[in-house]
Amino acid sequence: MDGWPMSISLNGSVGRGEFERSFNFTVADGEVLAITGPNGSGKSTVIHTIAGLIQLRSGSLESDGAMWDASDSKVWVAPENRTCAVVFQDLRLFPHMNVISNVAYGLRARGVNKDEAIERSKKMLTRVGLSSFDKRLPNDLSGGERQRVALARALVLEPRLLLLDEPLSAVDSASRAALRELLPEVLGSFAGATILVTHDLGDVEAMATANISLN
Amino acid sequence: MGLPFTVSCEHYGVQTTVPEKRSIENNLTRVDKVFQNLVTLGAFFSMVVLAAIGGFLLYRGFEIFKDFGFSFITGSKWDIGNPEDTSTAILGIGAMLVGSIITAIIAVLLSVPFAVATALLIEFYVPGWIKTILVSILDLVAALPSVVFGIWGYAVLLPLVEDWSVTIEHYLGWIPIFNVPSGIFGRSPFLAGLLLSLMIVPIITSVAREVYSQAPRDLIDAASALGGTRWGALRAVVLPFGRSGLVGGTMLGLGRALGETVAVYLTLNLVFEINFKILASAGGNVASLIATKFGEATEYELKALMASGLVLFLVTLLVNFGATMIVNKSRKIV
Repeated sequence: MDGWPMSISLNGSVGRGEFERSFNFTVADGEVLAITGPNGSGKSTVIHTIAGLIQLRSGSLESDGAMWDASDSKVWVAPENRTCAVVFQDLRLFPHMNVISNVAYGLRARGVNKDEAIERSKKMLTRVGLSSFDKRLPNDLSGGERQRVALARALVLEPRLLLLDEPLSAVDSASRAALRELLPEVLGSFAGATILVTHDLGDVEAMATANISLN
Repeated sequence: MGLPFTVSCEHYGVQTTVPEKRSIENNLTRVDKVFQNLVTLGAFFSMVVLAAIGGFLLYRGFEIFKDFGFSFITGSKWDIGNPEDTSTAILGIGAMLVGSIITAIIAVLLSVPFAVATALLIEFYVPGWIKTILVSILDLVAALPSVVFGIWGYAVLLPLVEDWSVTIEHYLGWIPIFNVPSGIFGRSPFLAGLLLSLMIVPIITSVAREVYSQAPRDLIDAASALGGTRWGALRAVVLPFGRSGLVGGTMLGLGRALGETVAVYLTLNLVFEINFKILASAGGNVASLIATKFGEATEYELKALMASGLVLFLVTLLVNFGATMIVNKSRKIV
């Protein structure tokens, strides 16, 4: 964890086609920055831009002093080289991999050996309350369980920046209540910075330390 | 409607009644009825043609199966004997059947890695304009007549393969399939298999490309966002997703390789002997046997060729049936 404290700053505009949205924010480690706004306001686009899945339209994206994306130059860091991890709104778990393989995927991709990756993944699954779900396929899980797997898959990477895209939108009310208890607890022990995109002010109250509202 | 429709849980003491099966009137419009009849006719026509081919071959070749039984499939000698006395004939397509399978397996083993690599290259690595060029080239290669492949294989590939075979035999001759005691290389199952692999690469590539293009981009992005390199993301998402399609494409290629006639006829030395030594200049396949013998066959030999055709027909059907099962199984996993 060299280089702490880290910060990420996005100063520019994101979007595709006709859509364009300008941002200017900084988030530091230990902070949970919530970006709120109605559907279609560009919240998820911010997450995708920071993760490197969409290029900046203008301006620059900087993380911990390193330029990730600068629209006026050829600087662009590929998603796999960015020190962030994403929990997508639609989760995007790999349907053909069991739970443990899903969680260990990122570690394996980053060169961690198989045994260590499995061990760390098991620990993370225990932390999110899914200790006996290793061999299950995502399709055999409930919405809340899938959400926990997605969270474990991101957290196990020990990212510098955690990106949560509507983390509670795809679950029923009972699971939502349980996750609202779990998430602040998990984020409380997470050393990096977090960006939380949500349209639910309850999520902001439960987790965020700062808030940007989009209209 | 007056139908019983009580469905409840027996724990509460209420009896469960399953409604009687209803026949629902399908009120199709006239246009829909015409269309339904047309597509039904089309589907039946294909099956009727298939059955007619199988039936015809069985009818014409039945006498051979009656005379030789299972030894027609296992035997490797093809001697028509005295044309006036059919009891002197010894006919078996074992060697040709083994040749068909060996050349087809070589073709598939050599072509699948190339086809997968080409499909991935076209779909995920090259810019649009190069993609268009590559796809056009592949389509062109797929459309080339097999006789052109055969002539090219005989004129260009044969001398090269002879040299490669000598080298392979020199270093890997201790493996039985690469050992050539006769020292005669050239028109071998290896050459025929290599040529067949070039012929089926476009088919497999085309099918693989199609299924890879439908791999969920969201999951590829997710793999990248978790630290997967481009290749890592393709391996985690695209290859598993396209597995059933690749198997399907491979089986299509295998079907073509099993049934290929002219290219094999020109590049494989027809020898009636079961040969597992793939570099040796000896072999054959069922289709090239039929093509070679058909013109000068006696009435009885013609029946044997029809029976050979039936065996090839059944083997191809079996391969396709197996492919369908594998594809269906893979679909359940992904």
